[in-house]
Amino acid sequence: MTETFARRLVALGACLLLGATASAELNIEITRGGAQQVPVAVVPFGYDGSGATAPLDVAGVIAADLARSGRFAPIPISNMLQKPTTGIDVDFDDWRILGVEALVVGQVTQTGDNVYSIQFQLFDVFRGEQLVGYRMPASRGTMRAGAHRAADMIYEKLTGIPGVFGTKVTYVTAIGEGRDRLYRLVVADADGENENVIMESTDPIMSPAWSPDSRRIAYVSFEQNVSSIFIQTLRTGNRVRVSSRVGINGSPAFSPDGRKLVLTLGGADGNLDIHVMDITTREVTRLTTNRSIDTEGSWSPDGSQIYFTSDRSGGPQIYRVDATGGTPERVTFEGSYNARPRLSPDGKKLAMVHLDRGNYRIAVLDLERNDLLVLSTGDQDESPSFAPNSDSLIYATREGRRGVLATVSADGLIRQRLASGEGDVREPVWSPFPRY
Amino acid sequence: MKHTNLLLIVMLTLGLAACAGNRSIPDPEPTTDYGSADDGDQASSAGWDDGLLGEGEEFGDERMDGELAMIVYFDFDQSELRPEYADLLAQHANRLANNSRLSVRLEGHADERGSREYNIGLGERRAQTVRRMLLIQGASANQISTVSFGEERPAAFGSDEEAYSLNRRVEIKYLN
Repeated sequence: MTETFARRLVALGACLLLGATASAELNIEITRGGAQQVPVAVVPFGYDGSGATAPLDVAGVIAADLARSGRFAPIPISNMLQKPTTGIDVDFDDWRILGVEALVVGQVTQTGDNVYSIQFQLFDVFRGEQLVGYRMPASRGTMRAGAHRAADMIYEKLTGIPGVFGTKVTYVTAIGEGRDRLYRLVVADADGENENVIMESTDPIMSPAWSPDSRRIAYVSFEQNVSSIFIQTLRTGNRVRVSSRVGINGSPAFSPDGRKLVLTLGGADGNLDIHVMDITTREVTRLTTNRSIDTEGSWSPDGSQIYFTSDRSGGPQIYRVDATGGTPERVTFEGSYNARPRLSPDGKKLAMVHLDRGNYRIAVLDLERNDLLVLSTGDQDESPSFAPNSDSLIYATREGRRGVLATVSADGLIRQRLASGEGDVREPVWSPFPRY
Repeated sequence: MKHTNLLLIVMLTLGLAACAGNRSIPDPEPTTDYGSADDGDQASSAGWDDGLLGEGEEFGDERMDGELAMIVYFDFDQSELRPEYADLLAQHANRLANNSRLSVRLEGHADERGSREYNIGLGERRAQTVRRMLLIQGASANQISTVSFGEERPAAFGSDEEAYSLNRRVEIKYLN
């Protein structure tokens, strides 16, 4: 079953354009779809509890998630011939006639003051078979996360790829132009809802990076007109300045085990080199010594290598070096400008900013086949970051004067723009998978 | 308003640079006119004064001190100093060398094109170019700090060459 769906999904075909589905700060619009969208139905969930309606339209969140993936087209509720809330009430003929391939039904039941149960079932309409049946407890505060989790399970069952609807993104916004410009470090759900400003400053903030457990974010702040690297714990809001040496302190990234940071230090003479810091002891090891700009270090998923940008050959190109040191090896050769390497979590692909006939675009290098695929179409695209399932990337692009966020599937077929309500949005970074 | 100020600074800077250019080119004509009998305006009929003439010392043009340009602009993808700024930096170096209590922060910037952290590197490279010029000409290392804001603090907004050229810069900030 999974394979059948997967094959249909991969097939090229006409696409439907979907309008914005969320009223959040970040509105998602599919700007181009290259993949066929499978028709599905997510029936409004039943509700049994105090009040007329459930605290959240769980089915609405699931449908929006599936639509946002670019791979599914949820049918409008008004087209539904029946609105079952459990599998027993489903008449598959009513769904076959609509051409729907997969059906989701479910209900929310209140079992205590702030205790609810979300249950849902996923059906293969043609075979009349249940693919998933799942029940989970939730509170009013966690119901949205529960809905994303349900969407993740449905997406994985239908495509064979883990869903990333329950993940988060962090990004930086700059509001206003001039000296009173306000920089914000924001953490939001991957659908743009639930925006939290975790740090605000009139001095620039840049280069946010997730810890592998999603609990901390490292970033660069220019408070007091010097660059420093901070690590902030999301739950408490506490932050620690881990690097504030003379000159540049930049480009932090956590090692896969969460114990180290790769970072760029410049010193008084401004020779930017890649360093690795033990977060506990603050001991720093220098990995590169070249006179050129060496920066934007990024770990391979197994932690054995560090990819970085260097202009030792003239223009910026991507190199890699053993995380314990050694002689760097050049990785990119195509084009005059390749920077900001980011490995896919499966280790197979390398995303970068690539100068493509005068345009800065997001490109992905297949490390096994060694071919480069340009994924984006803007002229100033930057800061690519892979989703934890390695299947899509988020990046920053420009729209007029403003920076906005966009996502693209790793095969380049599905591209979406995420519109922000306020300011210049940049440097999005996709979180690791949530831990349930 | 912001643009006007920047333009003024650019013009002032170019003006200073023009003076510098004239001074550095050997003048074919005698540079000092001692006056002649025909030169009624400058010649003086007053007698020679044979009074004391001791050893002098150079000093800066105090009139200009408050007006020294504080921004150095760079060409696309370049961190080399444009020749027109040599004199300006010599004056800043002089000011620092003559007053050890002064210190400056050199703030390097880049235009918005390309990757952000790499642009931090480009801004730093420009700040270091200015730093080296100041050090060579007598400022001491403990008077100079550098910071690079990359593309994070643009002087001009917009995605055109005019904005880019105003953003590729080093700002010289006196801290006291």
